Amino acid sequence: MAVEVRIPTILRTYTGDQKAVTAEGATLAAVIDDLEANHPGIKERLVENGPTLRRFVNVYVNDEDVRFIGGLEAEVSDGDQVVVLPAVAGG
Amino acid sequence: MLTIDQATRDAIVRHAKKDHPDEACGIVAGPEGSDRPERLVEMVNAAGSPTFYEFDSTELLALYKQMWARDEEPVVIYHSHTATEAYPSRTDIGLASEPNAHYVLVSTREHGNNEGPVEFRSFRILDGEVSEEDVAVVPQL
Repeated sequence: MAVEVRIPTILRTYTGDQKAVTAEGATLAAVIDDLEANHPGIKERLVENGPTLRRFVNVYVNDEDVRFIGGLEAEVSDGDQVVVLPAVAGG
Repeated sequence: MLTIDQATRDAIVRHAKKDHPDEACGIVAGPEGSDRPERLVEMVNAAGSPTFYEFDSTELLALYKQMWARDEEPVVIYHSHTATEAYPSRTDIGLASEPNAHYVLVSTREHGNNEGPVEFRSFRILDGEVSEEDVAVVPQL
């Protein structure tokens, strides 16, 4: 499943400054692994031990926060739009 | 240096006073690359806490999609501290992920919801490093 992944400014160092890249996979986990294959280092910014999505990174598939649709196991279909947005948070 | 107009600065302060004792948060969007904080967007603090703030993830996406459609970026990201100084905490520094933004801190520790001056300071946070910057409040941008 080929999807478009929108990359936030802070992660564009991994994608040669591109703000969107394509990736393949049937689940978000697979898409992230594919991103890592083409843009090494990016996976660690998204995923931590578990494996689980990092707490302050938001990922959306077709505008839905993946936390509500299975997290890393969220299903992804051809043509889907994936967006990564770091949380805006602090103390 | 952050240049901001009086009306926007006052609106940020009003928001902080209104939400005290919870931290208030929001952004001021402006045209990409312009460094002009033109459009204030107050956000809900989904954490509803006096010591933490977080934009709701669904509202965050809606906000960014709106900015992308308008060729805007977050020029200012602001939040308030309700019991401590208007200086980025370790948490603020660790979570700052918009390298081009001016991080504005307001402290309501002195007067809470009431009339009275607040601390209003601005910072750049890049790669874990904080640098304070001057704030120029102008009648109009």
